[in-house]
Amino acid sequence: MAQIAIPEKSLTVNPLKQSQALGASLAFLGFKGTIPLFHGSQGCTAFAKVVLVRHFREAIPLATTAMTEVTTILGGEENLEQAILTLVEKSQPEIIGLCSTGLTETRGDDIDGFLKEIRKRHLELSHVAIVFAPTPDFKGALQDGFAIAVESIIQEIPKMGGINPEQVTILASSAFTPGDIQEIGEIVTAFGLQPIFVPDLGASLDGHLEDEYSAQTMSGTTLKQLRSLGSSAFTLALGESMRNSAQILSDRFGTAYQVFENLTGLEPVDDFLHRLSELSGEKVPEKYRRQRRQLQDAMLDSHFYFGGKRVSLALEPDLLWSIVQFLQSMGSVIHTAVTTTRSPLLEKLPIPQVTIGDLEDFHQLAIGSDLLVGNSHLKAIAKKLSVPLYRLGIPIYDRLGNGLFTKVGYRGTIELLLGMGNLFLEQEASS
Amino acid sequence: MKTIQGKINELLIQPGCEHNQKQQGEKKNKSCTQQAQPGAAQGGCAFDGAMIALVPITDAAHLVHGPIACAGNSWGSRGSLSSGSQLYKMGFTTDTSENDVIFGGEKKLYKAILELQQRYQPRAIFVYATCVTALIGDDIDAVCKAATEKIGVPVVPVIAPGFIGSKNLGNRFGGEALLDYVVGTAEPEYTTPYDINLIGEYNIAGEMWGVLPLFEKLGIRVLSKITGDARYEEICYAHRAKLNVMICSRALLNMARKMEERYGIPYIEESFYGIDDINHCLRNIATKLGDADLLPRVENLIASETAALDITLAPYRHRLKGKRVILYTGGVKSWSIISAAKDLGIEVVATSTRKSTEEDKAKIKKLLGNDGIMLEKGNAQELLNLVKDTKADMLIAGGRNQYTALKARIPFLDINQERHHPYAGYVGMVEMARELDAALYSPVWSQVRKSAPWDEEEI
Repeated sequence: MAQIAIPEKSLTVNPLKQSQALGASLAFLGFKGTIPLFHGSQGCTAFAKVVLVRHFREAIPLATTAMTEVTTILGGEENLEQAILTLVEKSQPEIIGLCSTGLTETRGDDIDGFLKEIRKRHLELSHVAIVFAPTPDFKGALQDGFAIAVESIIQEIPKMGGINPEQVTILASSAFTPGDIQEIGEIVTAFGLQPIFVPDLGASLDGHLEDEYSAQTMSGTTLKQLRSLGSSAFTLALGESMRNSAQILSDRFGTAYQVFENLTGLEPVDDFLHRLSELSGEKVPEKYRRQRRQLQDAMLDSHFYFGGKRVSLALEPDLLWSIVQFLQSMGSVIHTAVTTTRSPLLEKLPIPQVTIGDLEDFHQLAIGSDLLVGNSHLKAIAKKLSVPLYRLGIPIYDRLGNGLFTKVGYRGTIELLLGMGNLFLEQEASS
Repeated sequence: MKTIQGKINELLIQPGCEHNQKQQGEKKNKSCTQQAQPGAAQGGCAFDGAMIALVPITDAAHLVHGPIACAGNSWGSRGSLSSGSQLYKMGFTTDTSENDVIFGGEKKLYKAILELQQRYQPRAIFVYATCVTALIGDDIDAVCKAATEKIGVPVVPVIAPGFIGSKNLGNRFGGEALLDYVVGTAEPEYTTPYDINLIGEYNIAGEMWGVLPLFEKLGIRVLSKITGDARYEEICYAHRAKLNVMICSRALLNMARKMEERYGIPYIEESFYGIDDINHCLRNIATKLGDADLLPRVENLIASETAALDITLAPYRHRLKGKRVILYTGGVKSWSIISAAKDLGIEVVATSTRKSTEEDKAKIKKLLGNDGIMLEKGNAQELLNLVKDTKADMLIAGGRNQYTALKARIPFLDINQERHHPYAGYVGMVEMARELDAALYSPVWSQVRKSAPWDEEEI
């Protein structure tokens, strides 16, 4: 229903979009014993690392093949080989998540070919999974890169196996925070199912103290779990951008799947729990029945403040979809929506128009709104327009707890609802 | 590309740089030409370095000609503060697409410059080359030249694509762009015998504002700030200063040296960190300016500032005395911060010397004493081992190591680019003392190190 607008201009001002490789590295961080490795110049890694460190307030393992002008022209095989050998020698990762960049994609490095040759020369690498995600910087956005990394993992690692009727694969897109993953994990487990998350940011980036230092991810989905995905009875794909991965699992192992585009708001959570109940044959646990009533109550308390409010969103497609649905379910009006990249969801959005653009576009379009929703870069616009900002997405530099924040399930929806509601409340009190 | 290679070689062989004193044999240019190691390298690229050096020019627009990773992952995150225009904080980029990679990005760049001029009217536009646009052979120099003629605003090409080398090299390329296109293109309204430039101070967390009042009190005029909180205009007439004062020492050494060559401006290398160093800096500036009245004024100022500081710092010194810290940072800071720490009674048990010159190392040795450990290189694990072995109380390092320390339950102070507190000048000493004190004496340390009561029972 929505018309997709792409402003005609040569100059991008204050980008909303981030690189695919950044997204791919984020996905790889959800696997245990992993080091993401960028095949590019050292800056590619340094910039991505700073974004992730500042957003999650965590130590982030991220390595580089440190390409130079000369090695770029000659081809990056040698640097790639050296980087892999160094990582394996120093840190013994189980998985190396290899991401290409604009530099090496422009040069046209045949990375699959390189990897074959490197493996031939170094039999000692046979126990290391090296998963390659092609993520040129001149295409797509963070969400795409994240999805590509998940697809590469799914393509490469899982093995055929006997079906375990309790085991479900949960593919979770970049729209979900570590806190979201944990909440979903709790819900699914409460139905007696055994979820395997791909990736499991809830285990690795939730912000917790470990006893030892490690140069690789210390938790996340294990290689063993990944190999066993062929034994899952069902795939729950969370976020439209996970559909391809679900399809790959279906093609490879015949695993049936369902895509849940949204897990925020009463009805989407109802549907999710209902499906879990069908899948497991278990009744919805009392805990969630209670939480459902709490959410309904919170919706009553807060609907005064949401009704008719005009909200402008600058979010990646999967996240945009769920927040549009949620706000409309509370009676708010979507004033404008700006996003980063193409997605089948965009034209299905129940709003007149969505813009693939930057924050300059957003600033113009958001004039006249009551609330902005997006990452920390929107702060300056919120200040200029004198409207509050609810922070969602990446990066969020000026708030604590981005790892634990939850917006899914009844409990997470309540958190989101009350957070936004309090901003409206404050605004009303001060005007 | 040929010209870039020539420039790289030239910038790596800076005659004024201590790094290059050993041109022969095994130790030749070790720290400058050291290539980043695949799989082990950590730092930023040349493009990053060029931006660090130039982005603090506040009324200019900084346009990144490259794919989204270069600008999209980095814009708005640099710590330089402005007292005026906020334009420098905006993220301008051509967002190079697959089409541009195939068909070339020059036209898009040209159009982007015109759009930028039309919509934002910057005082100048810096255009940054990146790996991809360098690789596809975009002639950025030519586009900038054509655009300058068209719009009548300086459009300065900064040709430091990431893959030519380290952040440090990129700093120097930033300096070259200023020398080639900016310095000497305008005249100041008037000059005085007390005009100096500050080079390599980027006003991170507003540090410069803690120092400028000192110069004001002394009647020393900072003609051009290169580049912290600078207006484009002031860099245009930087060639009229009587003295260049280099702060972040080696980063923009080429600028100081070439300005000496071209305009006969002598330069000195100073630091704003630590009481002794600030005192030294002020005295040296007075001496170099060669004014008989200035020196006594400097002595008076030093006397009153240090006396006041002694009173303010007294309670902190009491609490910080004997605390042991490890310093993990680059180049000049490896000794300048030791001096500041010593002023507070803190013992530096180890420091990194990975980017330090022989001269830096000599200074460090003197400051550290015999027991001090000098770290040639290290990674997070080695750093943590060192903390354990030396029984250090705290790690002072760059933001990248913040979570290495915190995750190991070790107090931490951020000393690099991204820090939020100004430590320069006399006022900076108080700020640093306060931050050190707050970090070391925070009640959280005993709690986060405490095991759960049931764990003890189970043992």
